[in-house]
Amino acid sequence: MTDTAIVKTRGEFADVIYHLVRDPLGCTGFVIVLAFVFAALFADFIVPYDPIALNIKERLQGPSLSHLMGTDQLGRDTFSRVLMGSRVALQVALPTIGGAMFIGILLGMIAGFGSRTVDNAIILFFDTIRSFPTVMFALAVVALVGPSLKTVIFVIMMTSIPTYGRVVRTQTLSLRNSEFILAERSLGASVARILGVHILPNVMGPLAVLAAMDIPTVVGLEAGLSFLGMGVKPPTPSWGSILNDGYTLIRNTPWIIVAGGIPLILTTLGFTFLGEALRDVVDPKLRGQK
Amino acid sequence: MENDILNIRDMSIHYSTPRGTLKALRHVNVSVPKGKIIGVVGESGCGKSTLISAIIRLLAPNANLASGAITFDGKDLFGLSEDEMRGLRGTDISMVFQDPMQTHNPVLTIGRQMTDIQYRDDMTMEQKTKRAVDMLTQVGIPDPAARLNQFPHEFSGGMRQRIAIAMALMARPKLLIADEPTTALDATLEVQIIKRLEELQADIGCSILFISHHLGVIAELCEEVVVMYAGEVVEQGSVREVFHSPQHPYTKALLECDPGHIKEKTRNLPTIPGEIPDLVNIPAGCAFAPRCPRVFDACHTQRPEWTRIKEGQHALCHLAGKEAVQ
Repeated sequence: MTDTAIVKTRGEFADVIYHLVRDPLGCTGFVIVLAFVFAALFADFIVPYDPIALNIKERLQGPSLSHLMGTDQLGRDTFSRVLMGSRVALQVALPTIGGAMFIGILLGMIAGFGSRTVDNAIILFFDTIRSFPTVMFALAVVALVGPSLKTVIFVIMMTSIPTYGRVVRTQTLSLRNSEFILAERSLGASVARILGVHILPNVMGPLAVLAAMDIPTVVGLEAGLSFLGMGVKPPTPSWGSILNDGYTLIRNTPWIIVAGGIPLILTTLGFTFLGEALRDVVDPKLRGQK
Repeated sequence: MENDILNIRDMSIHYSTPRGTLKALRHVNVSVPKGKIIGVVGESGCGKSTLISAIIRLLAPNANLASGAITFDGKDLFGLSEDEMRGLRGTDISMVFQDPMQTHNPVLTIGRQMTDIQYRDDMTMEQKTKRAVDMLTQVGIPDPAARLNQFPHEFSGGMRQRIAIAMALMARPKLLIADEPTTALDATLEVQIIKRLEELQADIGCSILFISHHLGVIAELCEEVVVMYAGEVVEQGSVREVFHSPQHPYTKALLECDPGHIKEKTRNLPTIPGEIPDLVNIPAGCAFAPRCPRVFDACHTQRPEWTRIKEGQHALCHLAGKEAVQ
């Protein structure tokens, strides 16, 4: 039994963060993610140069004190472009994950708590979406409506819904007949209360882990589509388009492709670390055991 | 009738299964007077759980009411809409479950769960928290205000069961259904919980329908006992009469199997030979006939009558009242 002298004063969320930063892996991930979010939010103020301003005189310069990551073939400062690119990455990742999670929770709960017919219909919908290869589907949609950030967000969100929906459905199914749900019903809880107050907190843990692990995938997809010219329109900087600028010049000026690649690798690492650490922290039973 | 908070008349509950109709409860009559504690005993599979589910109307989807009715506080429970029924649960009828390790949401703090279930009351969060603290104090949880911030896994089994009782009694219900609330606990805790239940019952003045297969607990706590076998009530009466002069052979066998009743040292505890009959194909006569030590011809062909032995004791047996079942 816990010593009663230790009275918890932290809230649930603060408690999760507290235990997260105490874990070295989680702390590393947390710092990287914070840096990423900070860069995206305040890119306007911290960029040393205008990321889309051409400066042909200083084109293809190597890394130096005035240009930390050199310049590209049009003389644009790569460091500024990388910073601005984080904004595009976050702009894609947040609505995509948020939207997919929201729709996934909704559909997953309906499938898990509803009748078998409803369940089957929703599962069919999930399987239909999952049967499309994401990149192919994205290319098809882009070919139809033209490349834009909105298209990328829409496509990635649609293809991510089943990932979340299935987790929520499985959890709901296994919880709906558990004894504590029966106990709540016997004390007069309505279906909405059971889903919102009791099942939702039980699925949020696994979902938070899933979302943290999924963000790198989304960022990578956006970079991939931009690399192929199917994402953001030039001259808006995106890590994918920086890679695209760099790869033709890889033999002479490798810094451009390196500058585009490093943030991708770092965010992937950061979010994966965060996800791994979250896994141990979201379950109140495991929290604080390390 | 007037004095009964709960009255179950001639209730039959059937389950439709792939094998046919499973008659889980057949013509059950049980009444719980206001402010009394009624015990229900019977071995596993005798229909105790179905009886409870029927009272709070949380029956499995394949169950249906074949006959009879349940009257609670003057209301016909099966005539209520789902919303009206939900309004009764937790306010007028509450329930405590068997396994305290499973009855709380593992990811929410106890305080959150205890305040949330008061959603029907128009009170501020402080008032709800205060009420939760009061209830925890009443069931004997030390330092309740601090413990509200803890998760279910930080409590022991006995404490969790007390919390479950606190939650069930929060709205001062008229009827508490206790489904083997002490079966999962050890003997010392069992006594504590029973004492606590008795005190709370006296304080709130509610009735309790206490399900158990521990005869000692029933004898300790209840005034009347209902003995169930294979979906039927086989004997009913005051605890004193039923335990001292059981009229149904099943009650007698049950009492003989209770380790508390065995005086001599033995390696083999007595059992009742045989198994509960298949409730899809129920034997024509008495359901207990295949296992009954006192069986005779009529038992296999004729259904026994519900016989009044004396004031407040009835049994479902051909022999009941005719001669003392020795």
